[in-house]
Order: sequence, then structure tokens, then C-alpha cells
Amino acid sequence: MMKTLTRLGLIAAFAWAAPVGAETVNGLRTVDEFADIADESERSVALFNELMVVIEHPRCLNCHPVGDVPLQGDDMQPHQPPVVRGVGGMGAPGMRCSTCHGAENVTYTSGDGSIPGHVPWHLAPIEMGWVGKSATEICEQIKDPARNGNLDLAGLHEHNAEDGLVGWGWDPGVGREPAPGTQAIFGDLTQAWIDTGAVCPTT
Amino acid sequence: MTTFTVNGEERTVDVPGDTPLLWVLRDELKLTGTKFGCGVAQCGACTVMLDGTTRRSCVTPVSTLEGANITTIEGLDTPEAEAVQAAWAKLDVPQCGWCQSGQVVSASALLYEIPNPTDEDIDNAMAGNICRCATYVRIRQGIKDAAKALET
Repeated sequence: MMKTLTRLGLIAAFAWAAPVGAETVNGLRTVDEFADIADESERSVALFNELMVVIEHPRCLNCHPVGDVPLQGDDMQPHQPPVVRGVGGMGAPGMRCSTCHGAENVTYTSGDGSIPGHVPWHLAPIEMGWVGKSATEICEQIKDPARNGNLDLAGLHEHNAEDGLVGWGWDPGVGREPAPGTQAIFGDLTQAWIDTGAVCPTT
Repeated sequence: MTTFTVNGEERTVDVPGDTPLLWVLRDELKLTGTKFGCGVAQCGACTVMLDGTTRRSCVTPVSTLEGANITTIEGLDTPEAEAVQAAWAKLDVPQCGWCQSGQVVSASALLYEIPNPTDEDIDNAMAGNICRCATYVRIRQGIKDAAKALET
């Protein structure tokens, strides 16, 4: 009983601390929830750490490996059947990603779950690999045009907010947990991080 | 109604849009060379050529196929496919044979793109084609023999 009361008290305290209208959506805090951090650099770091909630989700990490093999599933196991990165992250001759992954998620007719799909379907380039990296490393990597597909910060926002394959993370098909929040919130957090100086966390 | 080309012939089918291509090939068009293995894109037995690349027909809804060009094992007549099938026969590659149409489609697609594949190329292209009889050694040799035959 005491534990329940303590939990309720904590929830009430957090609810009281958050600005009016701020609301966490599906495990992702919204920009308004960072408004009470007065120091802009601190707020920027906090915003990036919230972006990490999405970046580190299996829907995103699975196709951002640091090696040549994607992961799959909510438990992030090596992809089955075994596949390789190949040219452009599109798989090997004779067995490209598109051999199995079509234009849309397809619920299995004769089994549980679904096979994910989107056009295009491919691995992130190896210089954009995230698995096993810290928030600091990922932040610096994401801002570096040599490692982010030559994007400036506006391009980075557009990628996070509007790219279709990024957006698939919130519509992953039967049997996979969607990424936290929504792509719109992810985009808003990215913009707020940029507007506060795009400061990276320090280790 | 969905209209597409199968083995050079235009076909129209009237089935629910989420019907997998494999079902259409086998049950509607009676092209039973393409096999059902797992139904979840894990074994490769249902592999066909779709618009020039390999495709697992068990996870391909017919609704996505309007105007598509499909080649099944019955219609596969490229030089690579003929070399693969000759090597397969010479080496007696199949054992039970269930997976072999998918193996031949994938092997032919590999040789079309890489005429002289390394072991790694073969591993990468064929890793999704499972053989329950474990004829992998003969499959690898068959691909190499077909590659040699295509050189001459």
C-alpha cells in the first residue's frame, strides 16, 4: 500500500512539474516537457537524450548495425535468413532485401506475425551504424556531414520528420513494437534540439 | 482482378488482394513447380523471378502485382538457368527435390549478375534457400560447374 502511495505521489509530482499541455506519447516526451530547463545547452542535451529513446529502439537500431548483418525483432536477434549488407545496403546479388521485403508490411497468411516492407528497404550506411555506441558518439556522428549522408541540420530534421523509411518505425506491422511516440514528435524534438544549439551529451 | 504476365503469358486472376502469389501460381494457374515450404519467407522454396529479381512468392500479395512480369521455374529459360539445370542433372543435385526449384531460380539469378561467383558470393545469394536434405555441397558444385559451362 505504501509503495502504491509512493508511486502515486511520484506520478503526481512529475505531473505537477510538467508544463500545462505537455504530454508524453507512447513513451516519448514532447518538446513542451523540456520547457522548464532554463539553461539552453542543458535543454538541448536533454532533448537529444530524448531523441535517443527513439534511436535506441529496436525499430531503428536493427537496421543501423555497425557491421554487415542487420538485426531483427524486438529482441534484436541476427537477421534470419542470414543476409549481408551488399552494395548500397540492399543485400547480395541473388538475394537482395527486396527478395523478401516488398512495398508494404505483409501479414503472414500461414503463420503468426508479418514481414516488414517499404520502398526502399535497406540498411543504413555503415558510417551511420549505431549499435553499441553511446549517446555522445551517436550525437557527434549524426551531426557530421561526412557520416550522415552530407546533411546539414535542416536536412537532418527533414530526414527525422519526413523520411518514409524512418516513418516505418511507427508502422512496423503485426508482431513488432512501434518506436516510441510518433514521427511528428520525433521531428519536433529534433527541431527543438537544433534550435537550442544541437548540443551533444558529454560522457 | 489483377493482371500480370507469367512466363510470357498475360494472366488475369480474380482473388482477394491479400492472396499470396504462391497461392495464385499453384491453385489458380496450376503452376506447381514453385513450392510451399514455410510461408514466412524463411526457406526460399517459393522463389520466383519478379521484374528481374528474385522474390519469395509466399509473402507477395497479388494486389502488388498489377502489370508485373513473373517467371517461375516452368518458364525459366535463360542461358544461366539452362546451365544450372544441366549441372543439376549431371551432379544429381536434388535429393527429395522439394526446395530445388527455388534453388535453381536463385542460382540462375546469381549467375546472371556474377558469372563467376566466389564461395562467398554463393553463400550470400543462397543463404536463404534451405535444403532439408542438406545437398549444399552439390548445390555449390552445381553453381560452379554451371559457371564454367557458361564461360565456353
